[in-house]
Amino acid sequence: MAGNDDGTHSRLRRRLLMGMAAVPLSGLLPRIALADAPATAAINTTGLAVTDTDVTVGILHSVTGTMAISETGSVQAEKLAISQINDAGGVLGRKINFIQEDGASDWPTFAEKAKKLLVNDKCAAVFGCWTSASRKAVLPVFEQYNGMLYYPTFYEGLEQSKNVIYTGQEATQQILAGLDWVTKEKGAKTFYLLGSDYIWPRTSNKIARKHIENHMTGTSVVGEDYFPLGHTQFNSVINKIKLKKPDVIYAIIVGGSNVAFYKQLKAAGIDMSKQTLMTISVTEDEIDGIGGDNIAGAYACMKYFQSLDNPNNKEFVPAFKKMWGEKTVIGDVTQAAYLGPWLWKLTVEKAGSFDVDKIAAASPGIEFTKAPEGYVKIHENHHLWSKTRVGLAQKDGQFKVVYESPELIEPNPFPKGYQ
Amino acid sequence: MKLAFLSRRDVLFLAVLAFLLLVVFPFALDGFRLNLVGKYLTYAFAALGLVLCWGYGGILSLGQGVFFALGGYGMAMYLKLEASSVENTKIQSTPGIPDFMDWNQITELPYFWQPFHSFPLTLILILVVPALFAFVIGAAMFKRRVSGVYFAIITQAIAAIMTILIIGQQGYTGGVNGITDLRTLHGWDIRTDSAKFILYFVNAVLLLGVILIAMFVRDSKLGRILVAMRDKEDRVRFSGYSVANFQIFVFCLAGVFAAIGGAMFTLQVGFMSPSLTGIVPSIEMVIYTAVGGRFSLFGAVYGTLAVSFARTSLSESFPQLWLLGLGALFIATVLFFPNGLAGIWRDYVQPTVDRVLKLRGKPSDPAWEAGKSSTAPAE
Amino acid sequence: MFGDYSLGDLGSIFAMQGFAGLILFSVYVLMALGLAIIFGQMGVINMAHGEFMILGAYMTWLCSEFFAAYLPSLFGIYFFVAMALAFVASGSLGMLVEWALIKRLYKRPLDTLLATWGLSLILQQAYRSIFGPREVGVNLPDWMLGSLQVTDSIEVPINGLLVMALTILITIAVYLLIFRSRWGQQVRAVVQNRVMAGAVGIDTEKVDRLTFGLGCGIAGIAGSAFTMIGSTGPTSGQLYIVDTFLVVVFGGAASLFGTIASAFTISQTQSTLEFFLSGSMAKVITLLAVVAILMLRPQGLFTLKVRR
Repeated sequence: MAGNDDGTHSRLRRRLLMGMAAVPLSGLLPRIALADAPATAAINTTGLAVTDTDVTVGILHSVTGTMAISETGSVQAEKLAISQINDAGGVLGRKINFIQEDGASDWPTFAEKAKKLLVNDKCAAVFGCWTSASRKAVLPVFEQYNGMLYYPTFYEGLEQSKNVIYTGQEATQQILAGLDWVTKEKGAKTFYLLGSDYIWPRTSNKIARKHIENHMTGTSVVGEDYFPLGHTQFNSVINKIKLKKPDVIYAIIVGGSNVAFYKQLKAAGIDMSKQTLMTISVTEDEIDGIGGDNIAGAYACMKYFQSLDNPNNKEFVPAFKKMWGEKTVIGDVTQAAYLGPWLWKLTVEKAGSFDVDKIAAASPGIEFTKAPEGYVKIHENHHLWSKTRVGLAQKDGQFKVVYESPELIEPNPFPKGYQ
Repeated sequence: MKLAFLSRRDVLFLAVLAFLLLVVFPFALDGFRLNLVGKYLTYAFAALGLVLCWGYGGILSLGQGVFFALGGYGMAMYLKLEASSVENTKIQSTPGIPDFMDWNQITELPYFWQPFHSFPLTLILILVVPALFAFVIGAAMFKRRVSGVYFAIITQAIAAIMTILIIGQQGYTGGVNGITDLRTLHGWDIRTDSAKFILYFVNAVLLLGVILIAMFVRDSKLGRILVAMRDKEDRVRFSGYSVANFQIFVFCLAGVFAAIGGAMFTLQVGFMSPSLTGIVPSIEMVIYTAVGGRFSLFGAVYGTLAVSFARTSLSESFPQLWLLGLGALFIATVLFFPNGLAGIWRDYVQPTVDRVLKLRGKPSDPAWEAGKSSTAPAE
Repeated sequence: MFGDYSLGDLGSIFAMQGFAGLILFSVYVLMALGLAIIFGQMGVINMAHGEFMILGAYMTWLCSEFFAAYLPSLFGIYFFVAMALAFVASGSLGMLVEWALIKRLYKRPLDTLLATWGLSLILQQAYRSIFGPREVGVNLPDWMLGSLQVTDSIEVPINGLLVMALTILITIAVYLLIFRSRWGQQVRAVVQNRVMAGAVGIDTEKVDRLTFGLGCGIAGIAGSAFTMIGSTGPTSGQLYIVDTFLVVVFGGAASLFGTIASAFTISQTQSTLEFFLSGSMAKVITLLAVVAILMLRPQGLFTLKVRR
């Protein structure tokens, strides 16, 4: 699978080159002459797969198994970013090649493939993983062999590693501002928390509960329920919800269960124009399967929506569709995955080296002004500063942005007062 | 020790396998591939158990992943406790307990984790817990003469329950992430390349040992009764044997084998997760056995290696094709090679080898003959 | 436990919970009926049953896309066409599989398990290649959405009613087919004594093929119906397979009546428990109870006293 999608799109290329001119590269790279590429020996002291003309990175996602549904978008975004970077001249004058491996939705396989990418292929960086379980499985591998992982998914936090850049939101970035908004805007007092039964929904709901009970006034949690992954029968819990009559249903249900949940909710006569439902687990990707009709009127808390109205996004969305087809949709994680290769490129150029230690050290403070979500910056703790946005699901499967946090929110993977 | 139960042919096979595992692989493969082979071989433990229990005993268990997980989690719990020393975990609100417990507001180590502070106790529990669990299941079912398809489906349901339970009780089990970030065994860093190299050999030697035990069982009176039971259960019962006790024994033995594999898996891979517990891994273990040849102990090892190698190399080059290939392999094995690799060997290769070497071991073991004439397990 | 609710609320709880249980019951019966025919009558363990269901679901999706694009005026009734198509597609695929695969394995029931597992992997990958790895959203006509307001606090989802109606219809049809038709007589004859059935002139091969096709066809209808309440993706079929087998085994494999009784018991237990416990624990407790009872009574709830 080594190679590159070099079906180069000339129009795309031109547009991107123009876009690139806006990136303040020269400001970031005081010591490096852009015209001629520096010698390989100087910028690669640890034996990574870097030659005078090329650099090899890894893409590690599931393309088979149950997680293939979710991870496809990330793979597409990463390939797009890599091809755009190559069109714009590569990294330190080197063209990026990628090796793609399949994690097959199986965590030991992820660990095995991560090790292959680092030990056998000497990848300079790896873009990949989606579920927390796969990240937990590969983390020791990256730490042991000193690799660099760019992890795209919003996740539960409670982690920080020299060898990982988290381009998605940790839980507090995604949850708190949304809860504040719904309380203020909708006058919500009571919340019913739902989730699939695994670590991300449970941790997120824990943070939500702490916020609702301790950090806001007059609000309370009236119920909390979890379902096995793949559960498809929600009628009982819907009855419970109807009796408790919460102001807000706060749902963190994932995968196939999601589809069943929203269909049954709608069938049970819960009208989302009257009953507020807020979720942090439904992006444009998921709506594809749920059906816009079934979820229209729900609020989602994300940092990115395909419908975002900013110049960066107006270039990103058509470029993505041009490469992967008109019908593809772009969700929050897909956008975060797109950031990975770009952030890596900027960091390499700032550090003037492909060495992982130098990249890890140079990462904090890296700014990407062309991010489709607007502007992002890497924090000391290797997470991104980002905004929280609330989107209202529409029938056509898109979100209408109804709220945007005024400032970038600081990532706080070990939140005090929420543990 | 004189291994009287081994025929000359068995000794030869064992020598070939030992040579392959202890000499050829370590020299031919780099550290990464060798570690992979080590991981594959841990599945072979479960496959060996299935040869005895399914091939010889006619009991198809679709729940071997449960025992694999019991062994693996036992080892993982010990390693995790070692990795969660008070100074390693001082940023937690309760230092000294595994990190995932801390995240789930558990402030005290649960009672069933306590024994895993001790290494000898851990080793004992890794063997005893799966054996006990298998005994309970076996006693409940074989005494009531549940067999065949019913047993298969019930064990499959148990595998499903186990997975939901482990994922749901994440404060005590690490949930869907499993128990990760394992570092040292009794102070010895298991993550280094040299440690992986040593663990590979420990694993290979254990596997050869388990094969010897399995051969001993196969060639003892017990093995013959098992075969008799598989083919005519009632006749054995009328001859005065307690069919259920033999079935329970072989099921427990298979469970213990799988558990040893699980423990070695944890050591070599560095974590344990519920994705090795459920329905899919359990069925894959059956596939390894079927591809190798369900009546052949050596076949189980080679079958495991062959399927795993095929998976890794196919999924590296054609990830989309891998499932198609695996599915086709199943169907082809069942339809055309019901005796798997071992069958191909016996029918096509062995005669030639015999002619060349002029070997005259035991003519053939009875289980094999029975299996060859009709591949129908007891029903 | 009941302290938080008023008396009127409690009434509604029981009414709506009862109804939720009935929907779950219908779902289980639909899933299990096809399997009960294949497993109970033929002794074949069809691990690809879930994939036959999903084939039906995909047929429904294709149908909805087709009607939306070419016959929007008839969109309201496309579901019936889809269901018929689902039955035909899954049934034909079933007969093809029987002819190519299953008929060679009747003497080896455990091997059918392995072969059909292989088949399920192939089908999953095929769906993934053809329809893409993501779930597809099946659009339903408006009249199938929403709910009926019975009283102030009791609402009945329409799709639940439809699933129940369909279940009743299919159960009756299967009953008539197996116990009242000439062909059903032949099926039962083959089950009870294959050799004798052949000797009196029944074409056992043809009976086998049709029986397997019928089982798969019902799976297709079930899959079609589940687009109303669940998800349609390449691996969605896997979600149902363990539950389905347990329902069939719990009921006593050879008895269609047993399957229905067991679906009722399991669904009511689960939906009641779900109300008081978290969904995960309810599932675990239900499954454990079923396994425990099966250990005590391995032949299931109802068995035919047939000497084999």
